[in-house]
Amino acid sequence: MGTQVSNAAAGPERSPFLQSHFTEMVQQFDAAKIGMWLFLVTEVLLFGGLFVGYGIMHASHPEAFKAAHHHLDRTMGALNTIVLLVSSFTMVMAVWSASVNKKKLVVLFLVLTILLAGAFLVVKYFEYSHKFHDGLLPGKFYTHQGDTVPGQFLFFSFYFMMTGLHGIHVLAGMIALTWLLRRALRGDFGAGYYGPVDLVGLYWHLVDMIWIYLFPLMYLIS
Amino acid sequence: MENVSSATLHGSGHAAHHGDYLEDPKGLRSWLTTVDHKRIGIMYMWSVIFFMVVGGLLALLLRLELLTPKQTLITAEMYNRVFTLHGAVMVFLVIIPGIPAALGNFALPLLLGAKDVAFPRLNLFSYYLYVTGALMALCTLLLGGVDTGWTFYTPYSTTTGGGVTLMVLAAFVLGFSSIFTGVNFIATVHTLRAPGMGWFEMPLFCWSMYATALIQILATPVLGITLLLLVMERVMGVGIFDPQLGGDPVLFQHFFWFYSHPAVYIMILPAMAVISEVIPTFSKKTIFGYKAIAFSSIAIALLGFLVWAHHMFTAGMSLFAGAIFSFLTFFIAIPSAIKVFNWIATMWRGSISLRAPMIYAISFLLMFTIGGLTGLFLASLATDVHLHDTYFVVAHFHYVMAGSNLVALLAGIHYWWPKMFGRMYNDKLASVGAALVFLGFNATFLPQFVMGSRGMPRRYYNYLPEFQGLHIASTIGSWILASGLFLGLAVLIASLMKPKEQLARNPWGGRTLEWETASPPTTHNFDEPIALRHGPYDYRPVEEIEASEGVTR
Repeated sequence: MGTQVSNAAAGPERSPFLQSHFTEMVQQFDAAKIGMWLFLVTEVLLFGGLFVGYGIMHASHPEAFKAAHHHLDRTMGALNTIVLLVSSFTMVMAVWSASVNKKKLVVLFLVLTILLAGAFLVVKYFEYSHKFHDGLLPGKFYTHQGDTVPGQFLFFSFYFMMTGLHGIHVLAGMIALTWLLRRALRGDFGAGYYGPVDLVGLYWHLVDMIWIYLFPLMYLIS
Repeated sequence: MENVSSATLHGSGHAAHHGDYLEDPKGLRSWLTTVDHKRIGIMYMWSVIFFMVVGGLLALLLRLELLTPKQTLITAEMYNRVFTLHGAVMVFLVIIPGIPAALGNFALPLLLGAKDVAFPRLNLFSYYLYVTGALMALCTLLLGGVDTGWTFYTPYSTTTGGGVTLMVLAAFVLGFSSIFTGVNFIATVHTLRAPGMGWFEMPLFCWSMYATALIQILATPVLGITLLLLVMERVMGVGIFDPQLGGDPVLFQHFFWFYSHPAVYIMILPAMAVISEVIPTFSKKTIFGYKAIAFSSIAIALLGFLVWAHHMFTAGMSLFAGAIFSFLTFFIAIPSAIKVFNWIATMWRGSISLRAPMIYAISFLLMFTIGGLTGLFLASLATDVHLHDTYFVVAHFHYVMAGSNLVALLAGIHYWWPKMFGRMYNDKLASVGAALVFLGFNATFLPQFVMGSRGMPRRYYNYLPEFQGLHIASTIGSWILASGLFLGLAVLIASLMKPKEQLARNPWGGRTLEWETASPPTTHNFDEPIALRHGPYDYRPVEEIEASEGVTR
């Protein structure tokens, strides 16, 4: 956190970003970091319930899951995996740029990350509309004709619930990134203060990581 | 306004420019937008008390209906909705937020010597999530109520009508309120302890709150996703819990209890937190076995995750799995018992003063012991088959949830009341209230153990005439309990009608940090920097402490 931290602790030069109930920037940063990690734990557990449900349903209906997953487009899935991986890289670069006080680079990398997140959702939109068109929908909305293996709606129940919840998280990430971008344009972030960039970065990596698990579970079953 | 607030200052000679937190700043708007942990705690407290009255009135209605074996007052359908709402309100709106969100928010930062919790805005947000969830839960009444019981077991909950979806979403929202409180408390304990306060110099309240927060964070998200899956099942028929579609209803029970059994410890650990403060203060004696109590809190939090399936011994589970869960359930009795023995050892040869908070605390010890020991009957595979889904279970969990948690909540409210409002209540009348609560509670629920062991099933609307005598006893007990609770509430409210007195900072002679600031505290809690001069339970005479090397300043 560099030299500005010690200045803030010294008294008169209190950082404008230091909230009144903390005594120094390090303490505020530590608290925020603990908070964010705990929040990520809750996210993992939230998705964890779905993963367990998926595992159990997959184990009891292996044929249906295998047959259903052929309806997914592996190319699109792989493309999205690459998009998110690259966005994680640009996110790391945004954090690094802030930590070495390159304020313009922070803006650049945040913009890139937001664009990649948007690209992910665009690809997902095309995938979803294709499924909607074919009636490959969750639960009782499943209307696809000509199945040889019964029970494929179970797979699409999980496909839509899991990628849908993930998509909501991507959207939330874009909102958080846009908020960061606004602050970065104002010049808030530099070597002395970049906690928010770091924390949104952690969140963004988690969103990325969940997709890394979703991709093989959904697209690469056989 | 400046004059008003400075007139209430106690720290004379100090250039504190903050007034009493209740009045600085003034106005409803300043309360609704406050990020002060004390104000948020107070808002939680009044909300919890309000819902306790709502849930309590529903309970009185249930007990009244059960006065006769056939219909007394309400129809069977109505009865199902009333017990569901009673359970949901009491669990999600009273017991789970009760001690952590109300008392914890108020007391935790003060006990740590902090100015606030780590994330004050998140704290306010969690309060508004609570209010939103509460309104959603009440709105189910407009949709015809919910008749599933608070456990929402499938497949009934996926097929019945009414407001199940809304109620489930309400519980989802309330879960996030609880998670945010947990996140806040862990970050607060890690980063905002007063300078010089190590982990083992923290009051035990903080250890227990920390353990509670661990469970809130590790268990509640699983409930969240389970409830979402239930909503998806209702709205889209996704199939996971519906056997007709290839799903598994017992899976719902596993998911549900993976949260809801740890949630039992979300309910009891905060109660233990309060008791660990009240007993040393009113025994004027150092807590016995500090580390044993601290570590047993953590042990309970961790072991609590390994016992959930004891709710499903009769739902179709292999005998081997049942035996393991039974063993683990017995195991968790150990850290609970360690605490009880330590509290009793703390009282041993102490200078005990039986003020209202202490009477509640002693009631807790007795009722928690009964609740805990009867849990062992249910943890045993053979007896559980007989007792499962009977009034024995109802009595057992009421002893733990109401007899222990609610009584500890009342102990805590009475303990910190003078600190919260700067006014002392009528202790004699409050003690009478506490005694009535104890008598009424036991009169209500002891007969239910007997009924249950004789085979009276829970949630039944009609019953065999042979049970009527015990049901009448239980119903009369509920009236005594209600009179005690309303008396307690009246005594507390009456104290607020009195003009504010120059109340001593430390009316009970406690040794923790909250007693070193004004009553009520100023907006920023402490006017002067914290200097730890003694441990949280150091009841040696002042001269002795000052003479020892424990003096830091």
